[in-house]
Amino acid sequence: LAARCSRVTLKSSPLTLRIVAECPVTKARVCDLILPHCTVNTPVFMPVGTQGTLKGITVDQLEDLGCQICLGNTYHLGMRPGPDLIEKANDLHGFMNWKRNLLTDSGGFQMVSLVELSEVTEEGVKFKSPYDGKEILLSPEKSISIQNSLGSDIMMQLDDVVSSTVTGPRVEEAMHRSVRWLDRCIAANKNPHKQNLFAIIQGGLNSKLRKACLDEMTKRDVPGFAIGGLSGGEEKDDFWRMVTLSTDHLPREKPRYLMGVGYAVDLVVCVALGCDMFDCVFPTRTARFGSALVPWGSLQVKQKQYAKDFQPIDPDCQCPTCKRHSRAYLHALFKSDTAAMHHVTIHNISYQLTLMRSVRQSIMEGRFPEFIQSFMKRMFPSRDQYPSWTVDALASVNITLQ
Amino acid sequence: MAGGRMQLELSRVVQGRSRLGVLKGLGRTGQHSLEVPGCLLYTHFGTVPHLTQDTLHTLRNLPSVTQVTLSNIAEHQEVLEEFKDGFRKFAGLHDTVVYCSLHDPATLCPTGYTTNKTVSVWGSGGRIELTVAKFMALQKTVQPDWYQSMADGETWQNSTSRKRVRKSVDRTLAHLDECLLVHQKSQELDGVEVFGVVEGGDILEERVRSARETAKRPVAGFCLDGLQTASMDQRLRTQLITAVNKELPEDKPRLLQGVGRPDEVLACVEAGVDLFESFFPFQVTERGCALCFSFDISPDPERAGRAPPEVLELSEEKDAAGDTKQNGDLNHDDQTQMTSFEINLKDKRYQDDFRPLVEGCGCYCCKNHQRAYLHHLLVTNELLAGVLLMIHNTSHYHGFFSALREALAKDKLDLLKTRVLRAGAQQMEREEQDG
Repeated sequence: LAARCSRVTLKSSPLTLRIVAECPVTKARVCDLILPHCTVNTPVFMPVGTQGTLKGITVDQLEDLGCQICLGNTYHLGMRPGPDLIEKANDLHGFMNWKRNLLTDSGGFQMVSLVELSEVTEEGVKFKSPYDGKEILLSPEKSISIQNSLGSDIMMQLDDVVSSTVTGPRVEEAMHRSVRWLDRCIAANKNPHKQNLFAIIQGGLNSKLRKACLDEMTKRDVPGFAIGGLSGGEEKDDFWRMVTLSTDHLPREKPRYLMGVGYAVDLVVCVALGCDMFDCVFPTRTARFGSALVPWGSLQVKQKQYAKDFQPIDPDCQCPTCKRHSRAYLHALFKSDTAAMHHVTIHNISYQLTLMRSVRQSIMEGRFPEFIQSFMKRMFPSRDQYPSWTVDALASVNITLQ
Repeated sequence: MAGGRMQLELSRVVQGRSRLGVLKGLGRTGQHSLEVPGCLLYTHFGTVPHLTQDTLHTLRNLPSVTQVTLSNIAEHQEVLEEFKDGFRKFAGLHDTVVYCSLHDPATLCPTGYTTNKTVSVWGSGGRIELTVAKFMALQKTVQPDWYQSMADGETWQNSTSRKRVRKSVDRTLAHLDECLLVHQKSQELDGVEVFGVVEGGDILEERVRSARETAKRPVAGFCLDGLQTASMDQRLRTQLITAVNKELPEDKPRLLQGVGRPDEVLACVEAGVDLFESFFPFQVTERGCALCFSFDISPDPERAGRAPPEVLELSEEKDAAGDTKQNGDLNHDDQTQMTSFEINLKDKRYQDDFRPLVEGCGCYCCKNHQRAYLHHLLVTNELLAGVLLMIHNTSHYHGFFSALREALAKDKLDLLKTRVLRAGAQQMEREEQDG
């Protein structure tokens, strides 16, 4: 009987988290996140492929960079080409031909950020389609239905998204509604054995509301939790406090996904605060403007100063771009061909993934605190240039920045 | 002249005009070769449009000669001079032969800026005027393996006067002589090949004169200019090329500039052209289309006995009669217009078409993706569309040249012509829908 039960458990769990190492100083951990398409090593940065493509990069190139999971966007894909077509194409994996894992967000964020006239009610989010002007309702059920068609390995609940700069009763209303919508999402999920549904902790910058949300949502048996409602222009001092409060109250044995975080410094600090998964459009978006991410910040390849700079973007970088091309060539190529953008995109994705791999390695080898010190030293010209929030946040997990 | 080792070895000459062979001795050490009829690899500043190394190298059997153009390079002269080691190294091009042309064949330049002593190219920052001195300084900096000499080819407008055409021939010869003088004195260009450029607009006598005179100079081969797709119909082009080739030595290669459409390529090969520029796949890509004309002449029992409802012929004598779309009908000035050799993936009909672009095509795009996905990428304006289409179109185009060489070797050129000149894609579409 016991054997049969464990077999059933295994079959019904499309997510298994194995904690490989925990930093004895900070709250950081290294995990193996076993998902239907492959194992994801955390901490992990997930590149964003909004419309079923990663901006000029082929799936082979993405695989070669070591990417194990990337994002697709429910709002965009739900509009074009639509869930029915994607189902016909053997879900989003089949449509894009991506053989590893996919995470889809719910579409909630786009509702607020992209759509001019959207109206939130208990039912869902009402908005006008930008393509044909028709009125559409994105309800928890509808969002999950689309995500079921997309077939992503991790789906996000539809949450009532409120900008982090908003205060007052709206924040509390959104938090409670998000809990109710979580329950509706759980009920609507047609594929609980194949697709994981993550909850999204809300509550704005109010610790009481956050805590209340945490208490409620952790009562639900979801395979993972996201920390939402942050990374939207709020003060960093508030930001990190909400992150660490959240990780303090999230179960150890479930993954923690901090949404919308992607700057290198933010990644390193938030790993120290206990987060496992991150996503952000920034690295891929900024690449298209010629901005290359490097250990000492960023390098604007299109600037005149690089016209005669014959070094690669980062002499220490092993990505295909840095192994073959110079800043000068890329600078010139931006005037001739779109491939220049692709070169920088590849470099930026490589940078992010390599950063996470280094973080992971350092945690496993018990030297994450030292890693943080040298990371910060490389990134900022001097100690007094360290942003005060990073000093405070790291101090809260026993790291005194030198 | 301190020339290189370029040598054309012809294995067949079919019907006295179409040539099959290998261009050997290419590159500084002479170890590269290029089969003819063939095409060069078209690039923007050393990069095949949209492609990085990884995506480029999904393609097999790429031409060994990479074409770069002064219209992309001229504005970067200072940078290259400081770099010192030549364009090939600057661009990270390994193990390829670099051929430097004057203009980008995919873009028509504004006219009216050429003088007796100068030609102009257009970079990202605007017009750059080149004297022979500057032109040669650029060649010394670029350090190509092979380049065309400076030329005045501004005769492709329909209303070019005889006087203007004559001037272009005279100027081009003068430029050639000046270029060769500088070339012979330049150590940096030791071993580098020069092609002379044959001009003459649409005037037979001028074409012959230009060819005769250019052939007297010590050049490794000949560019045929001013015959661009936008400028004239194929019948006239064939006539002019045939006359020109009569004046040129048999054992030196002929490169035709600005002509890339498959039907035109076939006709020009029949007129004795050896090399083409491969900008056509790029143009097809830019309009969101995929090449899919068949060049398969292997016996196929499935197709036997099925008469094609539409047969396209080269616009030899025929007028545009009835509804039949003829390639000759296309607006010659609009190179952005779709041809019948391609399908327009933005069309709604591909929305749920889960077949590859071309059944049986072994390219990365066809092996991994479907028409529906390409359609989606185009509708949503995604960058990946350009990448995937460029891969496929390049692969298809080079496959066509490969088939062309095979057809010449096996005496099946007529069969290939029939295959290719059918209403290409439309034909295939109809067959597949019926079949």
